[in-house]
Amino acid sequence: MTSKAENQARFGVPDNSMVFARGVRKSFGNVEVLKGIDLNVPTGSVACVIGPSGSGKSTFLRCINHLEEVSGGVLLVDGEFVGYDLRHGKLYEVNNKLLCQRRADIGMVFQSFNLFSHMTALENLIEAPMMVKGMSKAEAKEKAFALLERVGLSAKADAYPRQLSGGQQQRVAIARALAMNPKVLLFDEPTSALDPELVGEVLVVMRDLAESGMTMVVVTHEIGFAREVGDQLIFMDRGVVEERGEPREMIANPQSPRTREFLSHVL
Amino acid sequence: MDRAETQAPPEALTVVPLRHYGLWVGTAITLVILGLILKALATNPAFDWPTVGKYLFHPSIIRGLGQTLLLTVTIMVLAIIIGTIVAIMRLSPSRILNAFASAYIWFFRGAPALIQLIFWFNLSLIVREFSLTLPFVGTLFTIKTNDVMTPFVAAVIALSLHEAGYMAEIVRAGINSVASGQTEAAGSLGMNHRLILRRITLPQAMRFIVPPTGNETINLLKTTSLVTIIAVNDLLYAAQSIYARTFETIPLLIVVAFWYLFVVTILSIGQHYIEQYYGRSDQQQGASLGEMLKRAFRFGRMAQPA
Repeated sequence: MTSKAENQARFGVPDNSMVFARGVRKSFGNVEVLKGIDLNVPTGSVACVIGPSGSGKSTFLRCINHLEEVSGGVLLVDGEFVGYDLRHGKLYEVNNKLLCQRRADIGMVFQSFNLFSHMTALENLIEAPMMVKGMSKAEAKEKAFALLERVGLSAKADAYPRQLSGGQQQRVAIARALAMNPKVLLFDEPTSALDPELVGEVLVVMRDLAESGMTMVVVTHEIGFAREVGDQLIFMDRGVVEERGEPREMIANPQSPRTREFLSHVL
Repeated sequence: MDRAETQAPPEALTVVPLRHYGLWVGTAITLVILGLILKALATNPAFDWPTVGKYLFHPSIIRGLGQTLLLTVTIMVLAIIIGTIVAIMRLSPSRILNAFASAYIWFFRGAPALIQLIFWFNLSLIVREFSLTLPFVGTLFTIKTNDVMTPFVAAVIALSLHEAGYMAEIVRAGINSVASGQTEAAGSLGMNHRLILRRITLPQAMRFIVPPTGNETINLLKTTSLVTIIAVNDLLYAAQSIYARTFETIPLLIVVAFWYLFVVTILSIGQHYIEQYYGRSDQQQGASLGEMLKRAFRFGRMAQPA
């Protein structure tokens, strides 16, 4: 693990940083979606990313766990590149096994839940701990029940995703991500696909997680959640960070006209 | 509605159904045709029903049926395995693998089964013998192609390669039908490609793969009758051997048709339950296979009296 210390020294990563981005770029063909993103998410803190659709916020989130490869810049999770190893000044793509190991430490919650539709809620939760971490079935089940309890769905352990409401599905999806004991949880618009009356139950679970000290990066349209739970707020527009700051301050008194305009639409 | 209720209670109104004259005429014509067919079946001596009865459970017919079933099962199992491999190659990011798989499907699905069958049977015209020769060691063994390529082996190879062409497309369509979010979610949990394919993608693809595979199995059962031409002793060949001797052609063809229809019926029923099994996550309550079968049978009983 010398690479971690080396990375920290080389890129000036602050101590206690969980997600660190410097000049992150991403292009799809000729279209540059991210034009140099800087971000530092300290361990145990919550970063909320807002911005109009097409601003690149979801792409940035997907870069963090290497669902998308970055085209340039430095993106570290817990001091390490997710998809690469830095050796002799070159980035070597890591093999599949190592990539999977590192991804297992980065939980992700999707806008469309993406629960495994052929498995019950419980099976969704025990699948990766058993198959990836080699946990015994009994242990995985015990842990899964505890997590379902935590998201208030222990009664739905044997239900298939289709039998659950959107809000329930998203809570199971959060529990599924937690089952891997991730170092950081990424949320990609977790409430955007939900009926308005179901948004609250998901936000309650997320707030509970934040209070328990989970490091979270949340792409969201829920300004209220960002204000009350977020430690920092990032406003992205057209592939750049237009403004960042302490959420309450920034929402009450946005500096950039773009931020002001965006907030006036969503508030 | 409100007005109708104030004028008269709804039960007092008589509904006069629309007369479907076309339907009546059609039904009448169908019944007449049906009657003529039944009369022909019953009275035409060529059908010779007693002879049909005599040969229905004839030992060589039953042996032929066994051979047909063995061929169908062996070929289908091989076709599913080869087809799945080809489908995975077809979806691989490697252009070469992809092109190879496409070429495979193009060739083996495109060339008629009968021609492939005769080709493999005559493989010895191209390759006389197989031998394994190592440098400094010499020839380890040699087998004559004609000794290996028995009619049965030729039939299995030819028809599994042919059938695999169809299965590959079915499996590919099934895998493509699984939403990409499923793969992403599995990937974000640290599952590798093979694990994702085996645990997430293929099980979900099964719902789309099973119904056409059932059709393919039924189709294959009947296609195996082609092996008669290379003298595999299947159901049709057994019947042919008998009527070549006794000239009871029509009764024996009826026997053959009866057995094919019988097996197809069994397969269709089996397919129905397998489909229900793989569609279980669609159902309103979670159900084990046992519960589901129970429900299916109860449903069946309810449907019968109607």
